[in-house]
Amino acid sequence: MTELISLFVGMALINNFILVKFLGLCPFFGVSKKLSSAVSMGAAVTFVMFIASTATWIITRYILIPFEVEFMDIVIYILVIASLVQIIELFIIRTSFALYNAFGIYLALITTNCAVLGITLLNARESYSLPESIAAALGAGIGFTLVLAIMSGIRERLEIADSPKSMKGLPVAFITATLLGLAFSGFGGMI
Amino acid sequence: MASFAKEFSKGIGVSNPIFILALGLCPALAVSYSLDNALGMSAAVIFVLLCSNVIISAARKIVPKIMRIPTFIVIIATFVTLVTLVFQAYVPTLYQSLGIYLPLIVVNCIILGRAEAFASKNPVIGSIADALGIGVGFALALILISFLRELLGTGGISISLFEQLFNAGSLSFTLPAFSEHPLTIFVLSPGAFLVIGLLMALFKWIGRKKND
Repeated sequence: MTELISLFVGMALINNFILVKFLGLCPFFGVSKKLSSAVSMGAAVTFVMFIASTATWIITRYILIPFEVEFMDIVIYILVIASLVQIIELFIIRTSFALYNAFGIYLALITTNCAVLGITLLNARESYSLPESIAAALGAGIGFTLVLAIMSGIRERLEIADSPKSMKGLPVAFITATLLGLAFSGFGGMI
Repeated sequence: MASFAKEFSKGIGVSNPIFILALGLCPALAVSYSLDNALGMSAAVIFVLLCSNVIISAARKIVPKIMRIPTFIVIIATFVTLVTLVFQAYVPTLYQSLGIYLPLIVVNCIILGRAEAFASKNPVIGSIADALGIGVGFALALILISFLRELLGTGGISISLFEQLFNAGSLSFTLPAFSEHPLTIFVLSPGAFLVIGLLMALFKWIGRKKND
């Protein structure tokens, strides 16, 4: 249990997906302009990461390894993620339209989000067990949401800040990410 | 021929994938701490982009519109698998240090973006020019970023990729004095954001000067 918790915390804070592993940067710079959309996007990514890690673990363990076709993992994983996202989207439309309005549009973007494919590949490379994969996926998702939310709060202020003309927009967002990354590197000594 | 040159030069300058369009940032930031990584990554991206653009453009009339994106993804994933296997066999150290970022080329926005925006609508020759232009633009940006990061972060440059591949001598030099006290932040992850942010601001500034 302690190992699972330290894996979870390590994924969320120390090896943060955005600031340290640079995965999922497109939504980080694209979506993170409003707090509410940042949180919805983060929740959608965390959910898909959890489902995708579980599904790919089962597929790797019971199909890829027995048939010795591990080299096909990239093709299989991307297809699994794409179809899972479609199924989740259909399911959400049928069950709750309010939920669909809240994060439906982000679901389509998630298929090509490197954070989701990243966590499944990472689980396979590290040969995590099922509980470890789930802990890693949830940790990565929550760390992703946390940084997205922090960044959106900062960017709401940056919009009205008086930065030099050439730095406006993306460049200053990158500099902010630098400072955020430095602050997060302080978590390195935790475990 | 003129249009070939036009498509080619577009990717290097006005629609440079990294500095202007801000696409494909994940690998650009993650692997750019050393020049070796940058060269390997660039070669992989150019190969995948070129091959998938050619196949997608050749097959553009037989792929049904509704099945477009899944087809593209499978084609791209096939070439990425090829590259991964080749790297694993011939340059194992590079394969290790690129880690999961090599397979992640599948979801690189540059490649799917070019497939969707250009190759699925244009003939093969134009698609080759487009792929080479965007690919070289990506490579130049990546090499510039990693050159700055390695130079400032370790106080010198060393390239061992060619040594492994062709038994050629290794290229390396160090800055005197600076190499004893390098600015380590540049090889750490926050340094990647810093370098790209400053370079983007620089290019924006140059663009504004030109327009004035």
